Amino acid sequence: MRRLVGLVEPWLLIVLLVAGWEIACRALHTPDYFLPPPSHVAQALAANFPVLIAAAWRTLSVAIVALALASGLAQALAVAGALSRTFDRGVHPIASVIQVTPVVAIAPLFLIWAGLDHPGRALVALAMLVAFFPIYSGAAAGLRAADPDLERLFDLYGASAWQRVLRLKLPSAVPFLLEGHKVGAGLAIIGAVVAEFVAGSGNVRGLAWQILDAGNKLQTARMIAALVVLGVMGVALHQALEALERAALKWWRGR
Amino acid sequence: MAAAALRNVEVDYPRGGAQTRALGPLSLEIGDGEIVALVGPSGCGKSTALRLLAGLEAPTRGEVARAAGRGETAVVFQAPTLAPWLSARANAALPLELAGVDKAQALARADAALRRVGLRGAEGARPAQLSGGMAMRVSLARALVTGPRLLLLDEPFAALDEITRRALADDVLSVWAEARPAIVFVTHNVEEAVYMASRVAVMTAGPGRIAADVAVKGPLPRPAGFRTTPDFRASVEQVSAALAQGMAA
Repeated sequence: MRRLVGLVEPWLLIVLLVAGWEIACRALHTPDYFLPPPSHVAQALAANFPVLIAAAWRTLSVAIVALALASGLAQALAVAGALSRTFDRGVHPIASVIQVTPVVAIAPLFLIWAGLDHPGRALVALAMLVAFFPIYSGAAAGLRAADPDLERLFDLYGASAWQRVLRLKLPSAVPFLLEGHKVGAGLAIIGAVVAEFVAGSGNVRGLAWQILDAGNKLQTARMIAALVVLGVMGVALHQALEALERAALKWWRGR
Repeated sequence: MAAAALRNVEVDYPRGGAQTRALGPLSLEIGDGEIVALVGPSGCGKSTALRLLAGLEAPTRGEVARAAGRGETAVVFQAPTLAPWLSARANAALPLELAGVDKAQALARADAALRRVGLRGAEGARPAQLSGGMAMRVSLARALVTGPRLLLLDEPFAALDEITRRALADDVLSVWAEARPAIVFVTHNVEEAVYMASRVAVMTAGPGRIAADVAVKGPLPRPAGFRTTPDFRASVEQVSAALAQGMAA
């Protein structure tokens, strides 16, 4: 019984809010283009479900490819930085510039570079740019976080720079890398959606395009339905990554 | 012949823009197969002296001599200092793998080292699954796996309970009896120093110098009941007196 209550509790407020929304819309007779009641959003969701799911998959796949590329690049740069202090000093300011630049501000530039025929490439590049920083800073911090006595042990046994990276620094960095990837994945989705908004073209029909298109046609219920799909996708991804992080940390710590 | 020696070493550390003497001038010679305990008040530079012997740090002045080459010197730190992502076996095999020893052979020798410190059956366990004493034994096995000629122990039992530290002290002595490496160990426990060492070097308050060099009578490894013998009591008194004098100086 207590477990059941625990499962239901977090949904209680949401159910109350949705119910209040439905009642308010009906009582105030709000026009559908302004604020449709949740029941109409549900109808729009059902009617457009295959299209919205396909759009969500397009956005998600951009984010996944971007995350994979950002992960590889960030870790490679962090390892290079761990091997060479000079390199590390050079990369840090560039990484900081990337972090503070809003993705909407550089999106037009990337769209020009990618060319009108390949806006998808620009979307991946932009989402990658957003996902890059948390992974890079996590990796850089993690590579410096090895136990100093273990470092001394590696000194004592004359370990090479590569042995140090592969057998000490990278394994020590695992908890930092997991955290960085979790944050990076969330940002990759946001980056993909924002980039789609800026691209605005009919070539990449992801969730943002669905939102824009529904907005242009004043199909507000469909717009909100697309937002619901985006929200559910984000939460699901976050939960999946949390579970993955927990499992990986458990393996890393050995309990 | 000496396994290792510090000759007139001094170590300065920068502190607030100036150089502050942390250790020395200090001379200490460790004979082959000898067990030397370094005791002294906190901050006298015991651990620094040990790091000099290990070659992990260089003296500001003076000379460090070591007969043992790379891979023949092993260090056990105050904490077990194990890699949490590796099993006890892989942790113990690490020095061999870093030296390029074939993996299967390294793991077999690690298993043998773990058995020697009484950890048969715990080879696959991760550090998080081990008690403090067991983790310290893995750390000891890792130090022994290369068959070192010089074994340096930096307050290795400080964090353990009395029963575990006594058991580990006997383990170290029985390991010593087999291969007779030179052992230098740092402690601030006078009875432990006298029990384990053939010689106790007493250091003064920082910057540490040698205040007294006390030879401990009695056979090594220690027979049962050694802690109640007059030899043991006399050495403990002698070291304690030297320690008190060194702190006052």
